[in-house]
Amino acid sequence: MDKLLQVDNLVTQFRTAEGKLSAVRGISFSVEKGETLCIVGESGCGKSITSLSIMGLLPSNGEIAEGSITFQDEELTGKKEEELRQLRGNKMSMIFQEPMTALNPVFTIGYQLREPLILHQHMSKRQATDKAVELLEQVGIPDPKKRLKQFPHELSGGMRQRVMIAIALACNPSLLIADEPTTALDVTIQAQILDLIDDLKRKMDMGVVFVTHDMGVVAEIADRVMVMYAGEVVEIGEVKEIFNNPQHPYTKGLLASVPNVDDEYHTLESIPGSLPNLNEKIQGCRFHPRCPLATERCKREASPIFDVRETHQSKCWLQEVNVHDKAATSS
Amino acid sequence: MTKQQPLLEVKNVKKYFPIKSGILKRTTGNVQAVENVSIDVYEGETLGVVGESGCGKSTFGRTVLGLEPLTAGTIKFRGQEVGGLSYRQLKKFKKEMQMIFQDPYASLNPRQRVGDALEEAFIIHTELPKQERQQRVRELLVEVGLKEEYYERYPHEFSGGQRQRIGIARAIALNPSLIVCDEAVSALDVSVQAQIIKLLKRLQQSHQLTYLFISHDLGVVRHVCDRVMVMYLGATAELASSDQLYGNPLHPYTRALLSAIPRPIPGRKKERIRLKGELPNPADYPQGCPFHTRCPLATEKCAKVRPEWREIEQGHFVACHEV
Ligand SMILES: Nc1ncnc2c1ncn2[C@@H]1O[C@H](COP(=O)(O)OP(=O)(O)OP(=O)(O)O)[C@@H](O)[C@H]1O
Ligand SMILES: Nc1ncnc2c1ncn2[C@@H]1O[C@H](COP(=O)(O)OP(=O)(O)O)[C@@H](O)[C@H]1O
Ligand code: SF4
Ligand code: SF4
Ligand SMILES: [Mg+2]
Ligand SMILES: [Mg+2]
Repeated sequence: MDKLLQVDNLVTQFRTAEGKLSAVRGISFSVEKGETLCIVGESGCGKSITSLSIMGLLPSNGEIAEGSITFQDEELTGKKEEELRQLRGNKMSMIFQEPMTALNPVFTIGYQLREPLILHQHMSKRQATDKAVELLEQVGIPDPKKRLKQFPHELSGGMRQRVMIAIALACNPSLLIADEPTTALDVTIQAQILDLIDDLKRKMDMGVVFVTHDMGVVAEIADRVMVMYAGEVVEIGEVKEIFNNPQHPYTKGLLASVPNVDDEYHTLESIPGSLPNLNEKIQGCRFHPRCPLATERCKREASPIFDVRETHQSKCWLQEVNVHDKAATSS
Repeated sequence: MTKQQPLLEVKNVKKYFPIKSGILKRTTGNVQAVENVSIDVYEGETLGVVGESGCGKSTFGRTVLGLEPLTAGTIKFRGQEVGGLSYRQLKKFKKEMQMIFQDPYASLNPRQRVGDALEEAFIIHTELPKQERQQRVRELLVEVGLKEEYYERYPHEFSGGQRQRIGIARAIALNPSLIVCDEAVSALDVSVQAQIIKLLKRLQQSHQLTYLFISHDLGVVRHVCDRVMVMYLGATAELASSDQLYGNPLHPYTRALLSAIPRPIPGRKKERIRLKGELPNPADYPQGCPFHTRCPLATEKCAKVRPEWREIEQGHFVACHEV
């Protein structure tokens, strides 16, 4: 296996007026070369904080409290800011939902593209300019020479997102983390960007962590899917397993609440209630207040992670019964 | 479609925003945000308005509500002209027409208790004594699936879905006939979105509401709307019942839009119609068909002649030379 990223028992906390609160509560997963892992879940469930923990870009009141993150066999937790900066924009890159927050409004597109090339790849300005033009062409921006002289505000939303992807790809990263990169875009532009990321992943054998809350997008680009709820991974597996054979009640609820464009008779299901706040204490399974199948045991005791198959795990007591059933029928 | 009188009749409506430049602030051009839209909206129906960002959906909604003065055209509400009315004359229609926004938080005062915010509508538009007003607010809260006690709470104490319920409570407070929902469920997670859609449907039944449902999410629109109007660059590209539009889309833009939606089916063969480029700038409005710069079927004629708005089959309208 070509393991690129391994996250083990990651706990990320915030210092707040109410004390330390955990936004990510002991999650583990891995990403391989050439693989796209999608992270899905409701807004606030910890998708972005997971991504930022990996990149070492947590907000100032946040910190990794426990666990380990290894990238190409190198431990990232505990690394100095300077060492992390060397990795970022070089071996690993991130793109964000709102490109305006990542692009600097006072510098031209050309400057922002050349800078990492000069810094990390030690190119001359001339070489960097040629490479910048090539990168803009690669992400499908027409008239790239002209764009180099433009400022971010002179471009449309879709264009800016392409520029950000070009910057992220400048140094041929091995890992790309994309946090809702198409959420703010129209579907026609989203389609172009998804194709682009998928294409580049194949060509460059990149590992991709793609954060989204759109199940349609997940189905299009994921190899594997990780479902998060309230700071935990509740289900993880290959994309077909998650869509065709979901096990966790939360995953099932998420899938049932997606409106189906192709079926007028589809009835929408909703999950009652909403995601708990970080400061809410919940005993037992964190999903139990909203779970239609919760038992007394679920309210007392959190479920461990069970194997559904070797490639598919679910954090739910129901799985224990299934595992027993399988054992019973096979013996 | 029944031949009852439409609740709302929109005819040849244009809304241009002048572009001013130079020290003299002379008008040097126009943003053609709404370009000649005609549509009748019937009592009790949900009319979807879809299209890409910047195509004029919100401007159209605001124009219908009289929040933007018309550049040209007429708007009738229950047969009465409302398009040219002053703000003051409009006041009596205000109760009849309401709006729900994408982000209700932005329209709530963070320092005002939610109950007090809801009470305001009754203070402005009714003569009810305080006790009764507060009673009405409590009933409203329950009606939208919240608790009476929430009267005392402040906006930040609510989740996104709950805040949208408050936005809905405010919109229905005065028993309007028409509600413009501008991306009302777009910012919500799917699980919560489904709750709010159910609530909107229930209220439509109990209050005989007509919705103008603006959204860029074609999945949600199929679910919620009886008819759908597709806008492109301020103009109407296609109008049809939901079944017709999703089952038999005719306009090349509608087809491209529908083909671009990611479906939640892994491994499905993508047969996307790729569009070249991006939405043109509405300040530099194209000649001929507004879609011709990106249309895969465009001919020479398309670049010169604006296609007419024609009824192709019963209730199914399209603006395209090639249909
Ligand atoms: N007050 C204004 N002055 C000038 N131009 C405006 C104004 N309001 C809107 N526009 C322009 O009119 C066009 C239509 O805008 P509108 O907000 O109606 O689009 P929309 O379809 O609602 O988009 P979105 O999906 O992003 O909400 C856009 O080009 C916009 O920039
Ligand atoms: N700087 C911060 N201080 C305190 N809490 C935070 C901070 N940033 C994020 N959070 C909280 O952490 C949780 C997870 O956030 P996030 O990862 O951004 O969610 P999402 O899944 O939507 O990306 C949320 O409850 C959020 O409110
Ligand atoms: S452990 Fe219990 S409460 Fe949690 S998801 Fe499973 S059934 Fe529901
Ligand atoms: S009129 Fe021409 S350019 Fe416009 S949509 Fe039809 S074929 Fe395309
Ligand atoms: Mg996020
Ligand atoms: Mg809008």
